[in-house]
Amino acid sequence: MMPDWIITAILVAIKLGFVLALLLTGAAYLVLAERKLLGRMQLRYGPNRVGPFGLMQPLADAVKLLMKEDFIPAQGDKVLFFIAPGIAAVTALITFAVIPFGPPLRLFGREMPLVVCDLNIGLLYFLGLSSLAVYGIALGGWASNSKYALLGSIRALAQLISYELSMGLSIVPVVLMARSFSLTEIVNAQTHIPFALLNPPAFLVFLISVLAESKRTPFDIPEAENEIVAGFHTEYSGMRFGMFFVGEYINVIILSSMVTVLFLGGWHGPLLPGIVWFFGKVMLIAFLFIWTRGTLPRFRYDQLMHFGWKVLVPIALLNVVVTGAILLLLQG
Amino acid sequence: MAAILFYILSAVALGATLICVTRRNPVHAVIYLVHAFFALAMIFYLFGAPLVAAWEVIIYAGAIMVLFMFIIMMLELAPDQTTEGPGWKRWLPVLLLSGTLVVCTLLLMFADAETASGVPRYYASPRTFGYALFKEYALAVEIVSFQLLFAAVGAFYVGRREKRKPRRAP
Repeated sequence: MMPDWIITAILVAIKLGFVLALLLTGAAYLVLAERKLLGRMQLRYGPNRVGPFGLMQPLADAVKLLMKEDFIPAQGDKVLFFIAPGIAAVTALITFAVIPFGPPLRLFGREMPLVVCDLNIGLLYFLGLSSLAVYGIALGGWASNSKYALLGSIRALAQLISYELSMGLSIVPVVLMARSFSLTEIVNAQTHIPFALLNPPAFLVFLISVLAESKRTPFDIPEAENEIVAGFHTEYSGMRFGMFFVGEYINVIILSSMVTVLFLGGWHGPLLPGIVWFFGKVMLIAFLFIWTRGTLPRFRYDQLMHFGWKVLVPIALLNVVVTGAILLLLQG
Repeated sequence: MAAILFYILSAVALGATLICVTRRNPVHAVIYLVHAFFALAMIFYLFGAPLVAAWEVIIYAGAIMVLFMFIIMMLELAPDQTTEGPGWKRWLPVLLLSGTLVVCTLLLMFADAETASGVPRYYASPRTFGYALFKEYALAVEIVSFQLLFAAVGAFYVGRREKRKPRRAP
């Protein structure tokens, strides 16, 4: 009979490996899905030459990125330039640790929660890491010692700080309603009715802030290619660029998962097993991300700041007050 | 165990702050200061206050330092990067500090997994923390928040612009 802690360690290792593999392949195929969908939206096919239906395209892209010349600008800060993409990718990867992606599983006669680590302050962990993720972009752009990269970094810093605020505020009603910071408990509080229906303003504000947080169209001002070349990653090439790229797509997956967990009831749903519901909802939100990219033009910088500070933040604040008041009234 | 960790973390915090104030390059100084905040957050965690640790990272490392960085970049305070010696040598302190932090994190994790060996088991849940903050110390919290409000209004007044033709925000 194996000692107890060995089984625990093996289960944890399996879970970690599963999550890591899932995130990385998920990000790779999200890129393919985006290219295909954008292609369809623009009446073309998208990549379809590598493998059946272009399914091997992510592999080809990875090989291409690895073979490319890795270039460091002459006057740049070499060490920071070297570290920055790592910060971007790693912060994105480890955020997934607190996201519960399914109901607890029974394995070898023991309960295994389908979350790497169920922190009782999981929500704060997510907020903290998403604010740390800015450093990868800021330092990368600064270390490149290029005007365009620096401009991109400055824009990213200002944008992320502004939208972090409305994102955090739009989560407050969720915490009020679920009475917990733990993501698992937040999901369990939505067994019957998802918070998106109970509190649509918070849901909308969070969705918009999440779009801005992922720096994608219509909020892709830090990398607006027709103004500042490619923003913070102008000077990056090869796999270093790839890390930023993968980081961005992992971020899309994670932010979609957060929308699912906080507002769409996580793994709860009729008939199908929980894990299917969870990934279905995540894919739906990811599709929404791609759809907006195919539909909306880019904001101007001042419009973006105005929208964040003068529209989203007041709405979110008001919503906190109203939700709190209603909850107090219901309590009697 | 807890005492050793505490002294190591305090040394990291102090060392990082010391290096921070002696840097010429403000961006590098910010990075060292972030290390100090991480060490502080872990000390809070060690004392059984995970919530405060999280706030430390979110607010200080995540928001205030990012604002600092924004200002530094906006005003181009950073000097033109002239390489002074090999990069790795210059960055040895930061590698050492972050390495120590990672090792301490691991130790802290395993100390928790095992039956808490010497780590004080007083533990403040978010709920107790909230009650303490907004019931027992409500008056103090309100006074401090009003002070912050005054500071914000004052900063706004000092930084106001003379009335000229309306300008588009930057």
